[in-house]
Amino acid sequence: MDVTLSVNGETHKLDIEPRVTLLDALRDRLGLTGSKKGCDHGQCGACTVLVNGRRVNSCLSLAVMHEDDEITTIEGIGMPDDLARLQQDFVECDGYQCGYCTPGQIVSATAAIEEAKLGWPSYVSPSLADMGELTDEEIAERMSGNLCRCSAYPGIRQAIARAAEAEDKA
Amino acid sequence: MTRTFRMNEVQPRLLDETGQGIIGAPLVRPEGHLKVSGQATYAAEAKVENLAHGVLVRATITKGRVLRVDEAGVRDMPGVLAVHMTDERMIRNPAQGMMGESPVRDGKYIEYLGQPIGVVVADTFEQARDAAQRLKLEYSEEEAEVDPDNASETEWTDKEDYGDIDMAMDKAAHSVDEEYITAAHVAGAMEPHAAIAVWEGDKVTLHGSCQLVQFNVKELADALNIEEENVRILSPYIGGGFGSKLGISNEAVAAAIAAKDLGRPVRVVMSRQQVFDAVLRRTETTQRIRLAAEADGTLLGIEHRDRVSNLPNEGFSEPTNQATHFLYGGANRRYRQETARIHRNPSGSVRAPGEAVGMVALETAMDELAEASGVDPVELRLRNIPETHPETGLPYSARMLAECLKDGASSFGWDQRQSPRARREGDWFTGMGVASAARMNMLLPSEARVILTPTGAIVETDMTDIGTGTYAILGQIAGEMLGLPRELVEVRLGDSSFPKAAGSGGSFGAASSGSSVFLACKAIRDQIADKMGCGGDDLTLSNGLARCGNVEKKLEDLIDSDIVEVAQIKPGDTRKEAFSSGFGAHFAEVAVHAWTGEVRVKRMAGTFAAGRILNERTARSQCWGGMIWGIGTALTEAAEHDPRRGHIITRDFANYHMPAHLDVPQLDVKFLEERDDYANPIQAKGIGELGISGAGAAVTNAIYNACGVRIRKFPAHPDVVLEGLMAFD
Ligand code: FES
Ligand code: FES
Repeated sequence: MDVTLSVNGETHKLDIEPRVTLLDALRDRLGLTGSKKGCDHGQCGACTVLVNGRRVNSCLSLAVMHEDDEITTIEGIGMPDDLARLQQDFVECDGYQCGYCTPGQIVSATAAIEEAKLGWPSYVSPSLADMGELTDEEIAERMSGNLCRCSAYPGIRQAIARAAEAEDKA
Repeated sequence: MTRTFRMNEVQPRLLDETGQGIIGAPLVRPEGHLKVSGQATYAAEAKVENLAHGVLVRATITKGRVLRVDEAGVRDMPGVLAVHMTDERMIRNPAQGMMGESPVRDGKYIEYLGQPIGVVVADTFEQARDAAQRLKLEYSEEEAEVDPDNASETEWTDKEDYGDIDMAMDKAAHSVDEEYITAAHVAGAMEPHAAIAVWEGDKVTLHGSCQLVQFNVKELADALNIEEENVRILSPYIGGGFGSKLGISNEAVAAAIAAKDLGRPVRVVMSRQQVFDAVLRRTETTQRIRLAAEADGTLLGIEHRDRVSNLPNEGFSEPTNQATHFLYGGANRRYRQETARIHRNPSGSVRAPGEAVGMVALETAMDELAEASGVDPVELRLRNIPETHPETGLPYSARMLAECLKDGASSFGWDQRQSPRARREGDWFTGMGVASAARMNMLLPSEARVILTPTGAIVETDMTDIGTGTYAILGQIAGEMLGLPRELVEVRLGDSSFPKAAGSGGSFGAASSGSSVFLACKAIRDQIADKMGCGGDDLTLSNGLARCGNVEKKLEDLIDSDIVEVAQIKPGDTRKEAFSSGFGAHFAEVAVHAWTGEVRVKRMAGTFAAGRILNERTARSQCWGGMIWGIGTALTEAAEHDPRRGHIITRDFANYHMPAHLDVPQLDVKFLEERDDYANPIQAKGIGELGISGAGAAVTNAIYNACGVRIRKFPAHPDVVLEGLMAFD
């Protein structure tokens, strides 16, 4: 069936079966292989993209459901010659090893920083009314949907903390 | 021409004399910008035209034969191009590390549930998946044993005795005699196994996820019954390995068979569940440790027995007692290993095969001995560091175990540790634990080509980077040796047309491939020295300038054409003169919930000595990774097998619990300055597995110190801890 996807500000017309996931549409049909497939079951976060600014596991969503949505993938966050601040911090803090979970971590963290800015509390926040500081534990909780088997977790969170702080100052 | 160098004698520490000053420096990874933007291309992402998609078909019985395949039932489904079932070339399971030949092949015979027995190919992934799931098979089923504890077929794979451990136990003032059980584990690399096969005539190019390229070429060629020269493997980026991609795997063979037949490139990617089903797991273990000690805790002897499992005809048994042989003294020693032959999915190397689970048992037993003898656990370990290798009598090449234990203890605040159950805040008990780390070090043959051009240098080797930092460190070694900033060194990896490297495995990759790059650069330095008219020892190279005495020249003026050197390192006599291993110490502080048995790691620190550190930043990441795997071993990870059919039932990431962000605090990692002169000409040792070795026991020993519950069954899931806690009521 026909679907028009808006990805990173560009429109793409596709003729695909309804059973094609958003992730497979991005990777196989549009050649945007920055989003990774680690489990295809919503259990690892490697496929995280932003849909209208909110993070979702694109493996758990069908492409045909996103006709009017604005989708942002890692390619839309920053490419090698024009990295976003958060991506640079991942490089600086060695927030990766093999790099396979990395786009998902970065897309997820991009939204997590925004969510924290809006004051959304998490499971580890001191209270529902006040999330307090964006501590290492807060970042850890907010990022626990993104697995990293290389276990670059300490570096990933250092990078996120740096980027969040820089954004705070800006 | 390849220059071959055997490590027959200790070499001068040239990397301490060179002038560029980047060796060891915490430089960021050169490929970092590609990884953070998703532009590093993993196997499934190679840009190939006209790609068809294959999905593996799994056996749904444990043992038996395929009698009939209902091909017709799926042949007419939309998009279906081919059904390849019961092909004689299909391998039973992935090859074990460094096999260099095909694993067991018999397309019709099934030996474990989930065994990939064929592949369905279609125009799209969705079509292929649908058809693969609908394909009807008929089997003749046979009885299969799947329980390692009661297997009728077992083999004694390791028996060794020194002195008389029974006598030592009899006369010991303090002793430990306990059984430890560890769960089966999976590597769980985030990139599922993937391959794209492209044929041109008789030649196949495989875009694969391969840790040991030169061996994988041989394995694939053998499986396909073709000549090695006709196989090329490309593996520039690998989304994690941890041993699971050491050997050629089912998806690669299936893709190659299907692509040849179809005359069209085929991609096969395992689903996550298939990775659990078919890729080599770490065996479950049952270990018995006996320690005999004098009144002051000095060991009289050690016994380490274990029972592991594997499929029939798999030549691998987890070397559980590997570190027990050399970590602590005691004249009386006994080792026994029994391998149960059962039809669970096959076992093989997963990060630190041997130490990862063997040291959990040994280091728990040491904690039990500390308790029994009343000696502090750090002090007990210090007292039992042997002068020389307790079995071979060899000296240690470089061993800073004592320094690591002492340094770690003081920076962690070990002196604040209290007796078990003494620290309780609200519902949480808090305690500290320690464990030694040891992972023996290896040097393997490895070859590299280095090309010095007037404007920079290029390194080429079929070595791989599985996240370990190979791109970073090989560039640093070449830059250091040739006097170039690393930005001017291009490192090309993972292409089987390059000189053959050791590959990534067993923590031997960095030092082995690093030595080959070092040697090639050394040969280039000699050529430059010749041109400058001085001896190699008097030459200084830095920032593109060559200096001899008071003569200084720009490299670009000095060389008019490329200088190419190919060098190979081989192990030699130094390994007979001294025993080489990395060492370290882990410290952990945990909180245990008094009513639920939940355990949270509050702090964890590791101090390590692994010879020369080639890049402090990537080395630290390796240790983070290892320590976090230790947390997984201690608290969360268990591949549970179905008791009737043998397959892994926790076959996805929702049921197999790898540590997530919130399971892991910020970790402290420190390296002690060390050079291992006997290891290799760059004095470096492996580090990828040192961080996991012993780490889990530091966590579970901390559980004991917190709440008085001794963990002997791993992982310490809340039910295990709770059972112990209830004994106190
Ligand atoms: S691939 Fe989508 S969550 Fe794992
Ligand atoms: S960097 Fe390898 S899985 Fe995260």
